[in-house]
Amino acid sequence: MESKVLIVGAGGLGSPAALYLAAAGVGRIGIADSDRVDLSNLQRQVIHSTKSLGMPKAESAKETIQALNPEVEVTTIEERLDSGNALKILKGWDFVIDGSDNFPTKFLINDACVLKDIPFSHAGVLRFIGMTTTVIPHRGPCYRCLIKEAPPPGAVPTCQEAGVLGTVPGVMGAIQATEAIKFLIGAGNLLVGRVLYFDALNLRFDQFELKRNPRCPSCGDKPLIRDLSQVDYGTFCRVRQNARGKG
Amino acid sequence: MPEVKADRTIDIRGEVCPYTFVKSKLALEELQSGQVLEIVLDHDPAVENVPRSMEADGHRVLSVKKVGKSWRILVRKA
Repeated sequence: MESKVLIVGAGGLGSPAALYLAAAGVGRIGIADSDRVDLSNLQRQVIHSTKSLGMPKAESAKETIQALNPEVEVTTIEERLDSGNALKILKGWDFVIDGSDNFPTKFLINDACVLKDIPFSHAGVLRFIGMTTTVIPHRGPCYRCLIKEAPPPGAVPTCQEAGVLGTVPGVMGAIQATEAIKFLIGAGNLLVGRVLYFDALNLRFDQFELKRNPRCPSCGDKPLIRDLSQVDYGTFCRVRQNARGKG
Repeated sequence: MPEVKADRTIDIRGEVCPYTFVKSKLALEELQSGQVLEIVLDHDPAVENVPRSMEADGHRVLSVKKVGKSWRILVRKA
């Protein structure tokens, strides 16, 4: 395929997503990650191995992808996504997979993709649960229609802090890859306007409808976010006070 | 005023955002219109976020009360 998919985060979600996209023959895969492979990652970040300990995750992911399918062109971006570089990094990709592990990056990917009309798959995991939804900007709700802003810093533990069963991001990342492939080939019904929830302990999948919020600061009728500098991604991912009213 | 009786209770103490909202929403979907869901939680940010999200979806938040270290939220399904 001549398609281009960017994966933000070569971690628990990004690992299975990257492997399945490479195996499916997606022509160009971008891996954006600024971390290095650590032993504690390997229980869930299955694209890396003990041979890649200490390596940049983007580079390690590239090696595994190219061993799986040498015809895939892999672009590594060893930068942490922030409001200054996000639009440049996301530009030109057909579809984005949010495999990040923190709220600021999730809101940043959402806001940037909505601004630039880039479809993406969101997913989040913690302990034994995961959730995912697909966002096609302006053709359905976005992540901020589900959650207006981030919980206070420190209020929600990360997977690194609280732990996650390794197979949970495996399941969710495979679903994200499924959505990317469906989008690229134009097949089926995407997980747009629906949130899929996975409970591994009780082995249940549930879903609920998500409606676009006309007052959403990102994709609403009068969006407040017209520029990423208007949002403070350091704390609540809230629109800065002095930016209000511009929409 | 007599206490409103809940038709279903979910105890989501230990859960954090956004799963507090997700679990509340899923539980509410299983109720009939007019029935009442009782949500017991202990994640402080959810005490504001869950009722706000429920109201945004058109449901009626009947009460938000602190009980010991937890919160008890009653929501009537639209």
